[in-house]
Amino acid sequence: MLSSIRLRCSASYGLRSYHLTNMRAFDELRKLEIFFMEETRRGCSVIELYELVQHAGNILPRLYLLCTAGSVYIKTKEAPAKEILKDLVEMCRGIQHPLRGLFLRSYLAQISRDKLPDIGSEYEGDADTVTDAVEFVLLNFTEMNKLWVRMQHQGPARDKERREKERGELRDLVGKNLHVLSQLEGVDLDMYRDTVLPRVLEQIVNCRDEIAQYYLIDCIIQVFPDEYHLQTLDVLLGACPQLQPSVDIMTVLSRLMERLSNYAALNAEVLPYFLQVEAFSKLNNAIGKVIEAQEDMPILSAVTLYSSLLKFTLHVHPDRLDYADQVLGSCVKQLSGKGKINDTRATREIVSLLSAPLEKYNDVVIALKLTNYPLVVEYLDNETKRIMATVIIRSIMKNNTLITTAEKVEALLELIKGLINDLDEPQGLEVDEDDFEEEQNSVARLVHMLYNDDTEEMFKIISILKKHFLTGGPKRLKFTIPPLVVSTLKLIRRLPVEGDNPFGKEASVTATKIFQFLNQIIEALPNVPSPDLAFRLYLQCAEAANKCDEEPIAYEFFTQAYILYEEEISDSKAQVTALQLIIGTLQRMHVFGVENRDTLTHKATGYSAKLLKKPDQCRAVYACSHLFWLEDHETIQDGDRVLLCLKRALKIANSAQQMGSNGQGSAGSVTLFIEILNKYLYFYEKGIPQITVESVESLIQLIKNEESMPSDPYAESLFASTLQFMEFQKQKGGAIGDRYEEIKV
Amino acid sequence: MNFLLGAFKPACNISITFTDGKNRKQVPIKKDNGQIVMNPLFQSQETIAGKIHIDPYQGKKVEHNGVKVELLGQIEMYFDRGNFYDFTSLVRELDVPGEIYERKTYPFEFSSVEMPYETYNGVNVRLKYVLKVTVTRGYAGSIVEYQDFVVRNYVPPPPINNSIKMEVGIEDCLHIEFEYNKSKYHLKDVILGKIYFLLVRIKIKNMDLEIRRRESTGAGANTHVETETLAKFELMDGAPVRGESIPVRVFLSPYDLTPTHTNINNKFSVKYYLNLVLVDEEDRRYFKQQEITLYRLKEEAS
Repeated sequence: MLSSIRLRCSASYGLRSYHLTNMRAFDELRKLEIFFMEETRRGCSVIELYELVQHAGNILPRLYLLCTAGSVYIKTKEAPAKEILKDLVEMCRGIQHPLRGLFLRSYLAQISRDKLPDIGSEYEGDADTVTDAVEFVLLNFTEMNKLWVRMQHQGPARDKERREKERGELRDLVGKNLHVLSQLEGVDLDMYRDTVLPRVLEQIVNCRDEIAQYYLIDCIIQVFPDEYHLQTLDVLLGACPQLQPSVDIMTVLSRLMERLSNYAALNAEVLPYFLQVEAFSKLNNAIGKVIEAQEDMPILSAVTLYSSLLKFTLHVHPDRLDYADQVLGSCVKQLSGKGKINDTRATREIVSLLSAPLEKYNDVVIALKLTNYPLVVEYLDNETKRIMATVIIRSIMKNNTLITTAEKVEALLELIKGLINDLDEPQGLEVDEDDFEEEQNSVARLVHMLYNDDTEEMFKIISILKKHFLTGGPKRLKFTIPPLVVSTLKLIRRLPVEGDNPFGKEASVTATKIFQFLNQIIEALPNVPSPDLAFRLYLQCAEAANKCDEEPIAYEFFTQAYILYEEEISDSKAQVTALQLIIGTLQRMHVFGVENRDTLTHKATGYSAKLLKKPDQCRAVYACSHLFWLEDHETIQDGDRVLLCLKRALKIANSAQQMGSNGQGSAGSVTLFIEILNKYLYFYEKGIPQITVESVESLIQLIKNEESMPSDPYAESLFASTLQFMEFQKQKGGAIGDRYEEIKV
Repeated sequence: MNFLLGAFKPACNISITFTDGKNRKQVPIKKDNGQIVMNPLFQSQETIAGKIHIDPYQGKKVEHNGVKVELLGQIEMYFDRGNFYDFTSLVRELDVPGEIYERKTYPFEFSSVEMPYETYNGVNVRLKYVLKVTVTRGYAGSIVEYQDFVVRNYVPPPPINNSIKMEVGIEDCLHIEFEYNKSKYHLKDVILGKIYFLLVRIKIKNMDLEIRRRESTGAGANTHVETETLAKFELMDGAPVRGESIPVRVFLSPYDLTPTHTNINNKFSVKYYLNLVLVDEEDRRYFKQQEITLYRLKEEAS
């Protein structure tokens, strides 16, 4: 049995096979232990046994045997466990070879694990023996760590990488000691604070080894309870700046903060403790110191640290915005002097840092209160700024956050500047068109979230928006102006009716003022190549002005729209659409005096007649007929001109038909006739005297004649349903029914 | 053949028994031919008493000129093998000249014999005690029988027993400080100590503690020194760093040690040394030797 143990003395095995041999030897040793146990039961003195095994001349087998015998010794309880353990841990110093020493001590740790004189253990001695247990484990830990650290200096430098790897595989042997410590009943908070932690930290700091420091600090954080960490935060953090500069302290601290935040999140009742120990300020200080100590710390690490800290404070002190602001402030200080950040990972980390408060509070308003927030954003490159802005907007949209004051709007716009302004980056990356559109659409959506019931404040908000949007560069206006206009129009609707001001004071926000404002906004658009849009907006505004009874303003808007129509809208299809819009809007306007109205309708009719294609002309003209007959307005009921329009439409349809018969068939014109018939019927129904039964009948006759010619199914069905409609109206009876009764088909 | 055998066969059988032979402790002694035999153990000032039986062979009578028993303390140098130097010689006449026909028993006693030296079996020298029974005959040649016995002397613990503490080293290369808890150890003692590494600039492979015996024989120009390593006990495996201290705990009981002997009858001396050996990776040995005194402590009633 001993020969297998002796084997390792000569071992210059690779790590793996050494490991295997060890496992096997551990097994053998367990059998040996059982054998020893039986021997002592048979009356062999365990003290003699303990001495006997020390006669072995070779140290490694001797010490393995000694540990095994020691284990039996403790079990027999012939001597206090603490004495034996102390002896064992001391004797193990004989192995200074790192690998063999580590395994030996790990064996010692293994056999002693259930024999520590812990509180409640059967090996507990009289007074205070838990101190001995702790002392033992600490000592073993210290020695193991020393050996482990020393491994890196073994052998030639070219094998360094392989050795580091091996060391990595061995780290659990060292870490196990900390685990044992954390399992000891006797290690309460006081013990941990006064003995365990300082000793372990001392060892960690003094070993000056990157791998060990990183692993062990992390180990401490993971194995001991959160409560302990909380109470000893300053000690633990105090050690951090003392670590080697190459240690990845950021990961360590992040994990610590993560743990603490989880702890706080799961146990609400411990929150007072967090305040009591000033966890936040301690962490903040510590991070500051760490960053100070590690001069060449990459910006990524620093940012990650702040990001974790921010998440921590958000979890633990959701009510302390000043904390969060403080974190951001420190972050700004750190970033200053570094210029824009180029490291992509760092930027990503900043984005996550900045997103954290949004996610936590689900309310961008709170983020706006953080004065340092925009300062951090400042350090991002343009691309990221845009991403960040999108994130912010998305948050707002998701949570339906209303932003209600001008100041906040100002701040918010400052934040999302990336989306609103062209940034001073002339030859930057070409932004993808789709992305750009997407982004701008989100800005547009955002506009609607800026809202205040108070009109004055709302106006201020809108003014600010305007200021920002107008400087935002032509590409964006297309997207940003419409929502702004719509929002403004909404405001107008909410304005108190003039003269209805209960306080009697001059309202500072008057519709006139707003309309002027609108005009300014929309004026910006034609400069950009989107006259179409401007045109529609003018009409919208005109309609709004109509509602407010602002005739000159409405007229002005219409004028603008007409000018645009004339100057900018040249595409014939666009013209048709535009004209329909004009007609539609104009039809609803009631604010105009006769003169103005005449001018406008005349213009509109004129435009209709000037359309390029006959069918378009025809349709526009018969649409114009509506301009002269408004049911609710006595003043605008001019049957003659309605008839005139319709007749002209018929004429155009006729000429279209003739052109059609020369050309590609007349199918289209029949449709036109039927459509005109529908208009006739409409006005006939309204009771316009100029529309006579005869004219209707003759039109039907005309269509029927045309029907005999080869026609298209659309026209046929249209005609059929028209007739059906007439029949239906007849059936209904009453005044209308009577009128239809007169029509003979 | 039978005749011849009969002719050279001694005429009688002589046996020696000690009074308390059955209870007396026996210790193993290695004889010249390598055989290990058990011999009774005595110490100085003890009375050595017993009986001598002379048993003539069947039908023979032994004529003699007297029977005597001698107690001899002898030193034998191996370069001068067979030549014994007696430093102690006591004689008891047992019988006047006459004839022995049948078994005859003679009691004998040497009371409170001064036996200052211990039995010792060294490389070049041997010190032994022997009882020699001689049946003196004239021309036929005397009949002689020997009985070896062992002497061990016990001493009380020395009143002064300082520790050994020393700092040694090679400049800018290796500095160590070692400490053994005593300078005088009894044979079942434990050497406890520590070795501190103050400076380590060589790559040490391991460290052993050797127990060495230095036996010097002869005197003056003829002094012959023989050193043998009795124990090699590994203290440390691997390379320590500055500030490490390595424990020493060596049990002496497993080793075949004797007390330190100084100038035994101007013939020889036996001294013991602890030799601390450090071996580096190129198998160079660095060592420091320290003399220790060994003594035999009276064992607890056993």
